[in-house]
Amino acid sequence: MGRRVLVTGLGSFWGGRVALALENDPTVDVIVGLDTVEPSIELERTEFVRADENYSILARIVHAARIDTVLHTFLHVDSTRANQRTVHETNVIGTLNLLAAATAAGSTVRSVIVKSSTLVYGSNPQDPAWFTEDMRRSTPPRTAVERSLVEVEGYLRDFANDYPELSVTVLRFSNVLGPDITTPFGQALELPLVPTIFGYDPHLQFVHENDVVRSILFVLDRDVRGVFNVAGEGVLPWSEVARLCGKRLLPLPPVGTGSATRLLKVIRALDLPGESLELLRYGRGVDTGRLRRLGFQYEFSSVGAIEDYWRSVRLRQTVGEIHRAYRYERDVETFFRHSPAVVRDE
Amino acid sequence: MPSERPVDLNERRALVHLPNLSPGAPDDGRLGDVDEWGRSERVRQQVRRLYDPVYRKLFRVEWEGLEKLPPGPALLVANHAAAIPSDAPVIMHGIEEELGRPVYGLADHFFRQLPVVGTLWSRAGGVVAHPDNAYRLLREQRQLVLVFPEGTKGTGKPYSQRYRLRRFGRGGFVEIAMRAGVPVVPIAVVGAEESMPTLTTVPPLARLLGLPYFPITANMLLFGPAGLILYLPAKFKLRVLDPVYFDVPPDQPRYPRSRVMEEAESIRQNIQEQLYDMLSRRQSVWFG
Repeated sequence: MGRRVLVTGLGSFWGGRVALALENDPTVDVIVGLDTVEPSIELERTEFVRADENYSILARIVHAARIDTVLHTFLHVDSTRANQRTVHETNVIGTLNLLAAATAAGSTVRSVIVKSSTLVYGSNPQDPAWFTEDMRRSTPPRTAVERSLVEVEGYLRDFANDYPELSVTVLRFSNVLGPDITTPFGQALELPLVPTIFGYDPHLQFVHENDVVRSILFVLDRDVRGVFNVAGEGVLPWSEVARLCGKRLLPLPPVGTGSATRLLKVIRALDLPGESLELLRYGRGVDTGRLRRLGFQYEFSSVGAIEDYWRSVRLRQTVGEIHRAYRYERDVETFFRHSPAVVRDE
Repeated sequence: MPSERPVDLNERRALVHLPNLSPGAPDDGRLGDVDEWGRSERVRQQVRRLYDPVYRKLFRVEWEGLEKLPPGPALLVANHAAAIPSDAPVIMHGIEEELGRPVYGLADHFFRQLPVVGTLWSRAGGVVAHPDNAYRLLREQRQLVLVFPEGTKGTGKPYSQRYRLRRFGRGGFVEIAMRAGVPVVPIAVVGAEESMPTLTTVPPLARLLGLPYFPITANMLLFGPAGLILYLPAKFKLRVLDPVYFDVPPDQPRYPRSRVMEEAESIRQNIQEQLYDMLSRRQSVWFG
């Protein structure tokens, strides 16, 4: 019997991407996607269910569809995308409901995979050059997103202890770049001058969007449990990242950096999330040995991810957006999927 | 015909004295030469060129017992002095020049917080003193690592307390060496204390500026603001002591605290005695 997977955040970039990848996996029988908004990419066999942001109907879906794997991709990791309240509701309350549903009476769930972020480590002057999965951050989190992620991971640790029969996997992703995803660092690199904080040149690490999806499929496939860092090989200074994209730097003042970034936001140049300000001072490197030792191979290093991202930007600047915009039409989808009139080649 | 065996990357690094990049970072596509520790060989070359006259002409550094340094990795431990420490660059530059081996100086993360200074400090070779950084450098990359267990307590002490060693923290350096399975090599340094004597400190100013201490140095009185970077021409003498090997298995989660403290204290006492010996032989602060 194949796997029956529930994907949270189907309408978000990651949910959609992961569902798309699962559709091509013959060992996956059923894919149910949950979100408050409709999916933005064309999916063939994924079933979309509309839910509220903290998944109150989850237990029923899990039971009804005999879900065995929950893929929790819907955690906010960028505070420019949601306000504090939404971040808390989605990340903390959403995850708690998800975990409750996964262990409700009659639940068939045996593994939970969560897409977290290396933001849980923070970025501080006293940090080591490389964070391993067992290290704790050196100061309490300062932004709502970081705080909620740290809380979520705490709940997941307890959850894994309380239900040893379940496989709980947490993947901590570093800064993502890629042709399709929009990220604050990606946007910063597209500006004519790339913002930096004067006098600092932090070490940053990047992971390609394909490697994010591949690593999720990898842990799903191998049934590995535990916490894993996922990031491209190598760190490099932010100034070099800008140079790789052929850009010069715009130094922001080291004192009053917050006001300077607010100004950037007001003139609509760039909305830098609070999490990235510390990162632009002290940077962060994470050790990816644990997942590698299990046999996971990256397609892109940190430099590779930047290069691939930049190739796609150059292409986009010349020929415009390539990806056809897709609008989810419920009636049309239902027709194609369920109408006896549609001839399906099996 | 020489063998076509592909040369191992680490081997090749060792041949051309490139810094070891781990965890196995491929540097294809890189534009700069900044390694995972923030070092840049280009910057370091410049710094070495600028610093060499200070080392040779100003401090006229003399080494004793350099041959005692083991060929493999080791944790170098020395006494710490001068308001803006002059001993770290002397030891790092000295071993790099005399033996051609890079030394990774661990220092308080305080430097990293300063704009410009922090970046230059790390490009030139400073690494934040974190146990995991030390472990990677010693155990995985088999380098020489330098620490000053007295920390800012050594450099913030007044001139009247010169050459009296402060406590060696909680002996964390011994634990690091044990875990990494490397010997500790103590080094006694004479000269740093007189290169920038601290007359007094101003604690309220230190608190205000967030500094570990705010010194009033003889150099400041003599040279004004330039005294922050101008050292007095004290004669430097360094003595490398016998390596201390700990007969314990590496990679243990923890080591007996009492043993760690005991080893740290005995290393401290050894350096202290050697310092007294060196000072008793010294004819002049300026000429040795």
